[in-house]
Amino acid sequence: MATPLNLKELSKQELRFTSGHRLCAGCAAPTVVKMILLAACDWPVVVASSTGCLEVSSCISTYTAWKVPWIHQAFENAAATLSGVETMYRSLKKQGKLDKDIKFIAICGDGGTYDIGFQSLSGAMERWHNMLYVCYNNEAYMNTGIQRSGATPTYADTTTCPAGSVIPGKPQPRKDLTKIMAAHGIPYVAQAAPSHWPDLMKKVRKALEIEGPKFMNIFTPCNRGWRTRTDDAILLSRLAVETCFWPLYEVENGVTRVTYKPKEKKPVVEFLKAQGRFKHLFEPGKEKLIEQIQEMIDKNWERLLKEEEMFSSKEEAK
Amino acid sequence: MTKVVAVTGNEAVANAFRQVEPDVCAAYPITPQTELMQRFASFVSDGKVKTELVLVESEHSALSACVGAAAAGGRVATATASQGLALAWEILFIASGFRLPIVMPVVNRALSAPINIHCDHSDAMGARDSGWIQLWSENAQEAYDNTIQAFRIAEHMDIRLPVMICYDGFIISHSIERIEYLDDELVKKFVGEYKPLYPLLDVDKPKSYGPLILTDLYMEVRRSQAEVYKKVPKVVLEVAKEFKKISGRSYGLFEAYRLDDAEIGVVILNSAAGTTKDVIDEYRAQGVKVGLLKPRLFRPFPYEEVGEALKHLKAVCVLDRADGFGGSFGPLYLDIAASLCNFKEKPILINRIYGLGGRDYMPEHAQQVIEELQKIAKTGKVKILKEYIGVRE
Repeated sequence: MATPLNLKELSKQELRFTSGHRLCAGCAAPTVVKMILLAACDWPVVVASSTGCLEVSSCISTYTAWKVPWIHQAFENAAATLSGVETMYRSLKKQGKLDKDIKFIAICGDGGTYDIGFQSLSGAMERWHNMLYVCYNNEAYMNTGIQRSGATPTYADTTTCPAGSVIPGKPQPRKDLTKIMAAHGIPYVAQAAPSHWPDLMKKVRKALEIEGPKFMNIFTPCNRGWRTRTDDAILLSRLAVETCFWPLYEVENGVTRVTYKPKEKKPVVEFLKAQGRFKHLFEPGKEKLIEQIQEMIDKNWERLLKEEEMFSSKEEAK
Repeated sequence: MTKVVAVTGNEAVANAFRQVEPDVCAAYPITPQTELMQRFASFVSDGKVKTELVLVESEHSALSACVGAAAAGGRVATATASQGLALAWEILFIASGFRLPIVMPVVNRALSAPINIHCDHSDAMGARDSGWIQLWSENAQEAYDNTIQAFRIAEHMDIRLPVMICYDGFIISHSIERIEYLDDELVKKFVGEYKPLYPLLDVDKPKSYGPLILTDLYMEVRRSQAEVYKKVPKVVLEVAKEFKKISGRSYGLFEAYRLDDAEIGVVILNSAAGTTKDVIDEYRAQGVKVGLLKPRLFRPFPYEEVGEALKHLKAVCVLDRADGFGGSFGPLYLDIAASLCNFKEKPILINRIYGLGGRDYMPEHAQQVIEELQKIAKTGKVKILKEYIGVRE
């Protein structure tokens, strides 16, 4: 029987990502990793990571925080790497040399997913490998020192698009990777956030139960890069969800479902004001920029709701 | 039972893959390698092998998938050429750093720009310091034989390193030659069962692959890796000895052709060695004491053995099918020079660059080189140390 995803049962489970790793105090990444591995507690898993914060901090010299088989090669190829591991698994299983039901999970940052690893990810999904690819998304290249990535939101201040006297941070909108992955036609795509942990873990569990390629984009606050209080990761995650800056939804077999709708959608300014990376937007005369961000969020949220509605009305019609 | 066939080099190597039956193969098309994996894909489609194919979206991912598959714990092969090898360059070092026995034929082709699909050795030479063992092959038979031996060398417990088998694009890959195929069962027995080492799929004993290692240990890790390469020549010779038992064909670290009593010599890789040997026979018939050395194990380079084989000569021309831009010499020349530099008595060396981008290497080019070597041997004087031959100036 599957382990119920409640605190009572989960607290009895062994943590397969140990403490003693060297991620920063207050980093949400290890929290997200623990949630993923707890949701996967009923299976043996093999994890692949791309180069990045999680990778450099979790396996150093002769020490490792991973109690599951883990592989890291380079920045851009975690999906290709895991596709090789998964293919060998299929080959050996077919030959009767293995009988276990093993799950394959990639856990990579947004640089290794949205940007340099995008081709490798897209290829692995198109080849229909039986794996779950998770992006722990902290919205910039944090490991190299907070450079902008394809996941960095508009007007965020980073070290390569610093908020200056002429340019107010990153001028472009972030790439909607979750939608792009859904457009691959794979069986399961979802967005999640650690503040809403039962939702996150249910999605991981569901993804692992589905055959074929799956993708999850998990919001992962970074206090160093976002210049926030060390202990605010979960609070920021909640604000991102409540403001619809980071909607929680899933696309299962092409059907979109919003898994959490805030009772009262908060203005995005509440999410922005807690963060140093958006500090410049609160200078006099920059009000328009915050309005622009709010407009983008409203538009995306409405579109998401319309997508959901479109599918639900179709379902009803059946 | 030996079977004699007329096939292309690519077909011969695809057949070696069929006989070995790797657990996983990754494939991505690139001229002139494409035919190899195409033929192998047919073996997979027709159920003639147990292999699982991964049809990746680039050579970078091909090698990345191979690293993942080999770390998972099974026998792995892929193949590439030229730009594909250049794209996968980053992962070459990871495959060797992880000590994974991946086998990869490289069908030698020139590098861009300008784009060119024909043979030269710039691709494999760019990977010569990547920690892969390199076996070079004169013809389709050698490419086939080297491929089979490569699995044994790569997977040897003293070594566990990836191996490239180099053979000339189009000249060998696409020309039909007479080949002797070994019996399927003989090849399977020769290669044997794959023995996994620290397999990732052993979930009861989890391992971490790819740690961060900084100043405290990085150099020790590299030093221990460097130690492994010293063991390679011995294993290559052991495997060759066993291979001779099943095939009757002899392989060494290099081929020395009419070299023992020679006064002048040519050093050359792959298919052009065949043409050169024919020309050498003509000169020998006229009483000119000329010989040839054709490296087979190019990485790790057997410096001592090569130096010993060449030191008695008066003059040697190293023919490179790749240039080292920037005032340097061709890559093969540098290794030959290093092999000889510590001998008191040693031949005068010259370097000639030939055949870039598939330019034909003709008997008259070998003649031109031998004529020049005779003059150098007689006078002790070198007019030009390094120059291109077969080029319109």
